[in-house]
Amino acid sequence: MTTVDFCGLRLAHPVVNGSGTYDAIAARRVFGDALLASFPFSAFVSKTITLQPRAGNPPPRLWETPAGMINSIGLPNRGLAGYLEYDLPELAALPVPLITNVMGSTEAEVAALVEAVDARPEIAAIELNVSCPNVRTGLDIGADPASLGALVRAVRPLTGKPLIVKLTPNTADVAAVAQAAEAEGADAISLINTLRAMALAPGSGEPWLGGGTGGLSGPAIRAVALAQVAAVARRVRIAIVGMGGITRGNHARDLLLAGASLVAVGTENFRDPIAASRICCELKSLQNAETPSTSVNEPRPQVEVDVNSADSP
Amino acid sequence: VRVQAPFGRRRVAVTGARDAGAYRVLEAADPDGPQPWPGQFYMLAAAERWGAGADERPYLPRAFSYLQADAGTLSFMFEDVGPGTARLGELRAGDELWLLGPLGIGFTAPDGGRRALLAGGGIGIPPLSAWARELAAQGIAAEALLGFRDAAHAAGAGLLTDAPVQVATDDGSVGRRGLVTDLLAAALDEDPAATVYACGPPRMLEAVRALCAARDVPAQLALEAGMACGFGACYGCVVPVREGGYLRLCVDGPVLDAARIDAVPAHA
Repeated sequence: MTTVDFCGLRLAHPVVNGSGTYDAIAARRVFGDALLASFPFSAFVSKTITLQPRAGNPPPRLWETPAGMINSIGLPNRGLAGYLEYDLPELAALPVPLITNVMGSTEAEVAALVEAVDARPEIAAIELNVSCPNVRTGLDIGADPASLGALVRAVRPLTGKPLIVKLTPNTADVAAVAQAAEAEGADAISLINTLRAMALAPGSGEPWLGGGTGGLSGPAIRAVALAQVAAVARRVRIAIVGMGGITRGNHARDLLLAGASLVAVGTENFRDPIAASRICCELKSLQNAETPSTSVNEPRPQVEVDVNSADSP
Repeated sequence: VRVQAPFGRRRVAVTGARDAGAYRVLEAADPDGPQPWPGQFYMLAAAERWGAGADERPYLPRAFSYLQADAGTLSFMFEDVGPGTARLGELRAGDELWLLGPLGIGFTAPDGGRRALLAGGGIGIPPLSAWARELAAQGIAAEALLGFRDAAHAAGAGLLTDAPVQVATDDGSVGRRGLVTDLLAAALDEDPAATVYACGPPRMLEAVRALCAARDVPAQLALEAGMACGFGACYGCVVPVREGGYLRLCVDGPVLDAARIDAVPAHA
């Protein structure tokens, strides 16, 4: 597989991690230097950093669903100062470029985060988490093209680093939000974030998750991710990082065919910390085997519509 | 004590499966894994048909402290309480497992000269069984105090073989009628200088924690919480700690000094 150019970054392959689905610092404690020797991603996306430290949501934080899970983690992090002082030196030692994901509840907060991250040469790119309520409207900033456009307009001039906007799927028209980000100068779009979801405690009927609702991820959302990536790709020209339920190389290939330049592995990391390396190998084999044919007589592959044989775990 | 894990899950063969009363014991060959430390755990999933059970689950691997680790063979113990343990309970010798680990931090030996009291029961047997073997190897005196619901569950006491065992059951069918805390209170009356190591269902563990706290007895608790990954990625398995905020049981536990928590959470 040849290298991939992503917003001017040269990456070894097209597979990265979804924000908040891999703690490289904890993983190094658990697996030692083998993590660095076989690092599964071509760039590392940090978990979401906020201006102030956050403890996260009260437990329980997880619920298993058919082919997936709901999380209500609540963005625990050390805050910007703690991230820069403690986490950044360790993340900078990873063998791949670092993308730092940030979130703020006001334009001023996001601006402060972007300026601070921009000042650090160890950080290659910035991803904005916009799945956060607008303090005035109560709507997620990323659900509303006007709010999102205003945010990107405010922070775009503050950094020369690639600016990626991570979109929420919990909106009426994700492509319109992506267009607003592009119009205000975003370099790339990443999607999809988790789908809002809920579970009830067995017996009591009360919400199970400490946060009330959470975000659904895993294979359960794969088809939604494909539709949203394809919809965005039809409306924007900037790069797309596609994610949602990838567990095998063919899922990554589908998102690339739908218009993504990179793919991110998320929940599958939880089942196997080195899954992204396997997915990347499978993707490479598929790409080598599937060079486009010019023959009109080539038989079309058979498709079994309701039983997808390529879908085993 | 943390033994580092090989990077990535590995596919291993089930070498044995048997019932022990209400519990199931599964053995797996893990020739490429390191010798784990008592209290550490593994994430397990059946290599085939993991999914499409009740409620179209399981999807995530399940966390289990190991029961014993001998010459490259690991054993685990569980009770069928959901789609994950139901599927694991179907496995037979020759079937295969996905296994990740060892994970987390295990027990620490008592300060010089103190005796170890291993208190727990039910599904909390495995880390205590592994710890009893290590303590015996180190020549540290230990006694196990185990509580169970009934005779079928009390059969689990037979899986702890390296220390003398006292049993209590809720219904009095085996051992003394009562709770493990009754046994523990009596043992601490005799030896107030002991160090307590505990694992079990949340309410039992909380009762042990409260008893030790009231008597100012040092205790290490092996906690449990729902977790997706086992290596710090998902931030799902948190418990609130006295120093403020939460810590992840998978990387900062599952064994915690009891003084670090105000209470054992009901979901842990």
